[in-house]
Amino acid sequence: MDSSYLFDPEHWDPGAAGSIPQLLLSHLGYSALALLFGTLIALPVGLFIGHTGRGSFLAINAGNAGRSLPTLGLLMLMVTLLGLGLTPVLIALTVLVIPPVLTSTYAGMRSLDASVVDAARGMGMRPSQVLLRVEFPMALPVLMGGFRSAALQVIATATVAAAVGLGGLGRLLIDGLALNDYSRVLAGAVVVAALAIVLDLLLGLIQRSIVSPGLTGRAVRTRRAAPAP
Amino acid sequence: MITFDEVVKVFPGGSAAVDHLSMELPTGKITVFVGPSGCGKTTSLRMINRMITPTSGRVLIDGQDVTAQDEATLRRGIGYVIQHAGLFPHRTVVDNVATVPLLLGSSRREARRAALEVLERVGLPQSFADRYPAQLSGGQQQRVGVARALAADPPVMLMDEPFSAVDPVVRESLQREFLRLQAELGKTIALVTHDIDEAIKLGDVVAVFREGGRLAQFGTPRELLERPADAFVGEFVGRDRGFRSLSFDTADSVPVRPPGDAAEDGAELVLDPAGRPLGWLGPAVGSPATPVPTGGTFSSTDTLRAVTDLAISSPVGIAVRVGPDGAVDGIVRHHDLVDHLASRRGRSGAERTA
Repeated sequence: MDSSYLFDPEHWDPGAAGSIPQLLLSHLGYSALALLFGTLIALPVGLFIGHTGRGSFLAINAGNAGRSLPTLGLLMLMVTLLGLGLTPVLIALTVLVIPPVLTSTYAGMRSLDASVVDAARGMGMRPSQVLLRVEFPMALPVLMGGFRSAALQVIATATVAAAVGLGGLGRLLIDGLALNDYSRVLAGAVVVAALAIVLDLLLGLIQRSIVSPGLTGRAVRTRRAAPAP
Repeated sequence: MITFDEVVKVFPGGSAAVDHLSMELPTGKITVFVGPSGCGKTTSLRMINRMITPTSGRVLIDGQDVTAQDEATLRRGIGYVIQHAGLFPHRTVVDNVATVPLLLGSSRREARRAALEVLERVGLPQSFADRYPAQLSGGQQQRVGVARALAADPPVMLMDEPFSAVDPVVRESLQREFLRLQAELGKTIALVTHDIDEAIKLGDVVAVFREGGRLAQFGTPRELLERPADAFVGEFVGRDRGFRSLSFDTADSVPVRPPGDAAEDGAELVLDPAGRPLGWLGPAVGSPATPVPTGGTFSSTDTLRAVTDLAISSPVGIAVRVGPDGAVDGIVRHHDLVDHLASRRGRSGAERTA
């Protein structure tokens, strides 16, 4: 394989138009916006369904339907309806984010120990307090799993933006294929893969810091319970 | 005082879970709800803090209908302990215990101080404060559960099978400490259990429920054991209830003889220089070369049940009484004990007809 494109310092000049850093930045931008919008939609819906137990068919079926939807097809449909631009790309990617976040939020909420929720209510927490102070933090490990998988999918799929004339790392793939420049294609694939790995590691660190040690078993491993007094 | 006034609960599509329940739980006492599963005892308990709403009838706390207050406010004023403790796994022990004070508007610092205080009360050292529930044993979790219910010092506590998820040894010690705590605090407590022995041990008053959510008997443990209202209660309380009711009398009324009287039974009690019992000799135990152990002793503060048990299990049919210093100060012969129990039955029979 020819890695000359990837290691050519010219392609790493942040000031040059179409350089790898610039494509990387726009790629991250699309991904971040799609994750933001997708989470803003799926999280509250998942929390509501999990908390009330109503509409669980929606969480399950939306999850399955969303997974089987081809993003490229959806993107073409949106472009046909809305014309070229950022909006159709964001819609297509957001649709990709919703299923994993929705299903994992719902699954996280459903997996909670019912006696803990009963205790929370019995002590006089209002429904919103039960949700925010007990159910949400307890569901967080499962929820973060869904969010991480959504992030990986979006990073990989955001390459479609290039198919409708936008930037992002997909440019390297599309242009490379069009020009029969396989060195460029390789550079695109490697950078996307590296980005996905780095991002997942980063999200793993974030998860570690926001999920209570009481839930992960870390606390149990580091300190042994003392004998009964 | 907690009052149930003609309370009925029918779950949708089901028969009555609680059927015209009327009773009064005395202030500052432990009232135990006991009965077979599906008898409505937990449902009744949960109607006190409105976790369940009655189909008809009223529940009152100190004369005030529980529905007069907003649900959350009502519950913050009532301690709540459940079977598996239901601790928040994502919060440390001290944060768990501080929950209700925080809900009531205490500052973080005040709530934490109150939590540490009450943890000490239930016998958990300060070093436990920053642990997570997963790091505690079942018994320790249950203690934290009790501490959490006590943190805001509520006058009323509801406890749903609080000690049934731990092993018998831990349960025994939790029960003992619970009684010690209650002697200090004097809360009005409603406690649900399916274990009649626990009911008798912990209850000042016991409400026996039968299937269909009806109250079979409401009375003190002694009344339950000595005068069960009907065959259902008699059976539920158990076959050895006569023996167990001996726990309500102390041994100070038993006729005690001087140790020398054991000679009448062909036995001799051997003492060490300090007067403590070493064991039995003589024809009654087959004239052994070394004394046969007595198998235990009692003091005047022990129960009649303990004395009877000792007399029955003693190799010579004699229970040995010791003073505070451990020295023997008398014996109780099997025959004398039987006469004493007979006269006791005559007395309680007279009370019944009176």
